[in-house]
Amino acid sequence: MTIDSAPAIVARGLRKSYGEQVVLDDLDLAVPGGTVFALLGPNGAGKTTAVRILSTLIDVDAGSAAVAGHDLVTEPHWVRGAIGVTGQFSAVDGLLTGRENLLLMADLQRVGRRPGRLRADELLEQFELTEAAGKPASSYSGGMRRRLDLAMTLVGEPRVIFLDEPTTGLDPRARRAMWAVIRDLVADGVTIFLTTQYLEEADELADRIAVLDHGRLVAEGTADELKRLVPGGHVLLHLPHGEALAAASAALGNGVPDSEHLTLLVNGTGDLTALRELLGTLDAAGVPVDNLSLHTPDLDDVFLAITGDRPTEGASR
Amino acid sequence: MTTTIQETVADSATMVRRNVLHLRRYPSMTLMLVMAPILFLLLFVYVLGDTLGAGLGTAGTGRSAYLDYVTPGIALIAVTSAAQGTAISVAMDMTEGIVARFRTMAIARSALLTGHVIGSMIQAMICLGAVLGVAVLIGFRPDAGGLGWLGAVGILALLAFALTWLSVALGLVSPNVETASNWPMLLMLLPFTSSAFVPTDSLPGGLRTFAEAQPFTPVIETVRSLLAGDGAGGDALAAVAWCLVIAAVSFVWSMRLFRREPRST
Repeated sequence: MTIDSAPAIVARGLRKSYGEQVVLDDLDLAVPGGTVFALLGPNGAGKTTAVRILSTLIDVDAGSAAVAGHDLVTEPHWVRGAIGVTGQFSAVDGLLTGRENLLLMADLQRVGRRPGRLRADELLEQFELTEAAGKPASSYSGGMRRRLDLAMTLVGEPRVIFLDEPTTGLDPRARRAMWAVIRDLVADGVTIFLTTQYLEEADELADRIAVLDHGRLVAEGTADELKRLVPGGHVLLHLPHGEALAAASAALGNGVPDSEHLTLLVNGTGDLTALRELLGTLDAAGVPVDNLSLHTPDLDDVFLAITGDRPTEGASR
Repeated sequence: MTTTIQETVADSATMVRRNVLHLRRYPSMTLMLVMAPILFLLLFVYVLGDTLGAGLGTAGTGRSAYLDYVTPGIALIAVTSAAQGTAISVAMDMTEGIVARFRTMAIARSALLTGHVIGSMIQAMICLGAVLGVAVLIGFRPDAGGLGWLGAVGILALLAFALTWLSVALGLVSPNVETASNWPMLLMLLPFTSSAFVPTDSLPGGLRTFAEAQPFTPVIETVRSLLAGDGAGGDALAAVAWCLVIAAVSFVWSMRLFRREPRST
């Protein structure tokens, strides 16, 4: 992995609202070249709006940003020349075949006729679309369309790539394949800006992660730095009945009780001394415990700790 | 903007290729658009033509006189029919993600619309050619020489250009493909209140005033006069002016709609 000294994306105080609704609130970002940056957040957090602004699709209300060294407002054409965008919604021409879609991109990128063909064939092979190359894109499955979509983005060999929820709706196998593609791109020195609602995805791919909630950046750092925000993870106690839950909660003086599932979530280090102490306290108070489980922190915990809310259903997949 | 003229031309050519590829890949769309005017032609000539032709009070037998009379009107309907295809294909593009992709690429902004307009012009000319071909096949033998034909096709091409831009605007303003396909239906109705099927003198008061004032009548009359070998006639100026005004207003409207921020999805 090569990290350029110049940042590939810099944003200062980006604001965007639609009527009364503030979608982005004072967003600051800095993404070093050749790295993967993940914007993590639940639906409606403003992730797509951020991508649409940074990829010159919509204007900002306030703030400034530069992508690949070019200002978004004064030099949008140069920004467009350096970026590639794969949005959440398939951006392929359904009436054309897979190969024709790629050749259309090659023509628009002015790659040249022969190099364009070679590039198209290369991408068709890389994305396992050679067999379907002559079929209209409208007949492709969701995963195939997504692969074609990304292949089209790559025709012009952009230096900065925006991927808006690249794996949403893909099955686990297709998701892993997409991850492999992204890793390959980074190995070639490309900068990737991706949005995701999957914590696992950000953890797997990103050098830096920013957590977006209701249009605000609530945390930023490496996956490890973010995990450190919830030191030591937590211990989850499973209790036999409500009385025990109340007693345990009282004896420990901290923890988040869940009376529906009869569990008590105790933040704290998972090391043996602390654990022994915890059990000792419960023993001394005579609280019966059915079971306990230890959790090393993952980004899900981080999200919970920062926003007080789990990101989405299924986000912990 | 930093696109040069050369780049704009190259991008536009690419987009035209894209639209022509759409036409070639889906000939059924063009076929559907050309069928309506051909059916009109056959219906009006063979079912209604004898009676309507007798009512014209011109030389020749009823049916062949009516064929001469109605062909310019049907040719105009062929052009309006093609405009319907434009609105649909523009609306289809706008509802798909592909336009967002084009907007994030370093290409000339106007290229996408240019592609649609030129692609649609080709389609309109195919429709026109097919309708005139069928008319000749069933006995349409106008007195016009080469220049008359050229003039007639020229004025219809100018109308096609105007209606194509109008349809581009209608396609852009429509929230979905269904709405886009409904708009030009109104255009298909306008010829019925013009001199396409019967002379305007035969219409009752208010309708007659409308028929004489609306843009299709001078276009039809000019085409009719040119094909009859009588030169451009007195309506030519009005016909050209109408086409230019519709084209200019629609062009400005389309550009404004296209520059608008894309709908947030």
